[in-house]
Amino acid sequence: MTGRAARTAMAVVMALTVAGCGAGDDRASDGAADGRVTGAVTVFAAASLTESFRRIGKDFEAANPGSTVTLNVAGSSALANQISQGAPADVFASAAPANMATVTESGNADGTPTTFARNQLVIAVPRGNPQAVTGLADLSRPGVKVALCAGQVPCGAAARTALEAAGVALTPVTLEQDVKGALAKLKLGEVDAALVYRTDVRAASAEVTGVEFPESARAVNDYPIVALKDAPNPAGARAFVAYVHSAPAQAVLAEAGFQAP
Amino acid sequence: MTQQVRDDAPRERQATPRRRGRVPAALLIPAGLGLLFLVLPLAGLLVRAPWTSLPERLTAPGALTALRLSVQTATLATALCLLLGVPLAWVLARVEFPGRRLVRALVTVPLVLPPVVGGVALLLVFGRRGLLGGWLDATFGITLPFSTAGVVLAESFVAMPFLVIAVEGALRAADHRYEEAAATLGANRWTTFTHVTLPLVAPGLAAGAVLCWARALGEFGATITFAGNYPGRTQTMPLAVYLALETDLESAIVLSLVLLVVSVGILVALRDRWMSTA
Repeated sequence: MTGRAARTAMAVVMALTVAGCGAGDDRASDGAADGRVTGAVTVFAAASLTESFRRIGKDFEAANPGSTVTLNVAGSSALANQISQGAPADVFASAAPANMATVTESGNADGTPTTFARNQLVIAVPRGNPQAVTGLADLSRPGVKVALCAGQVPCGAAARTALEAAGVALTPVTLEQDVKGALAKLKLGEVDAALVYRTDVRAASAEVTGVEFPESARAVNDYPIVALKDAPNPAGARAFVAYVHSAPAQAVLAEAGFQAP
Repeated sequence: MTQQVRDDAPRERQATPRRRGRVPAALLIPAGLGLLFLVLPLAGLLVRAPWTSLPERLTAPGALTALRLSVQTATLATALCLLLGVPLAWVLARVEFPGRRLVRALVTVPLVLPPVVGGVALLLVFGRRGLLGGWLDATFGITLPFSTAGVVLAESFVAMPFLVIAVEGALRAADHRYEEAAATLGANRWTTFTHVTLPLVAPGLAAGAVLCWARALGEFGATITFAGNYPGRTQTMPLAVYLALETDLESAIVLSLVLLVVSVGILVALRDRWMSTA
């Protein structure tokens, strides 16, 4: 390494260190007089909430100047595990009560989780539906490649329930870690269909079409949300949970394709 | 390990005796910290391992299936890397051609590419809509994504640079005079390569192959992106660990331990047998 390269590397390391220190100092002022909150609010949200929570986060920041919402999106079960292992999060929004139970049972929830939205499965197919899929039974046709979520994540559990209700046995080519993974395989053209949420199809409507099927009513997912006990920003956590139940946020969720709780 | 990768030091220098004396604290303390940093997480795994329920977790059918698939695919990937990587390393080390430095840089790209991106790149070539994938499917009915072959491909893509760099380093460090002597005695280039060059670089080759195998065994990102996740077909051990984390940390720890024991065991066994640590 030349002297200049070494100096540059040092500068980068220093900058990163400083940035790292800065992130931790963003402590909240505990609720100003008008009930507004400031500081960083870290929200762990299920992958299927990616688009709507991005918007809700922006709206929350606009309503609470001086606050910043940081989203961590992944499969609900992975998030629940991260929280149980002590990840510094303020809010947890899960795609299923089962994963929320992981958090409440490990004593990490502050209060009782509340359901803020519901979601239903649809069959996502490429735009124009080249395989002419009309229902679950079509997915078990030979030569139709299907991506499902793994049984451990909510969309996978719901898919299993719906398939059992329909009496359809199908062998998927892949069991993805979260719903966005299943959708990505479809967008890339590697599979012919994927069982994902109605909201995911709506978020990707440029490339995929949703095929509704009756059995999905048997596997509706409730989405619970809760403020976390060891939240770095407890006021921010409570305010964000309250905001998700408010009319503007519920309108965003409805537009994304969620049903009201 | 790394001294195998770019061992360009001439032999005379290696023969000088090591200077003895007190180890300076300025080196010893960070060295100790570095070792601690690398070993503590492994110790954490051992401490948190559920020793009582270990046997039944280990013999769970899913775990064994994933382990078998992992060992098979990593071995096949290593074979593929040897088949393609050794000639590539030889060309890079022994043949002068324009753009050699660029090719050498390209070969190392998968080392720095995020594995997930590697998986997407593989899909764009070998996927159903990929540059070659569509043609392979239409002509031979071969589809690589979501198949065990796809796992091998993803692992090879990520692991081959390790082998190429190790073998090329060994070739450049090897004494040319043996090869020249073989040539003057009438051996053609192929005979020279098989009878002189390969035995000469065998330690470096073995080191590279082991590194390559270990890297393939631990491959996660490219595999799940390109080959997906299906038990028995594409769910290797790292994928099983990730999914186990979704439900039950204990199982994930046990699976990780198995992976650790297998790779450390293989590394130790091979190091003792083939690699005289320089």
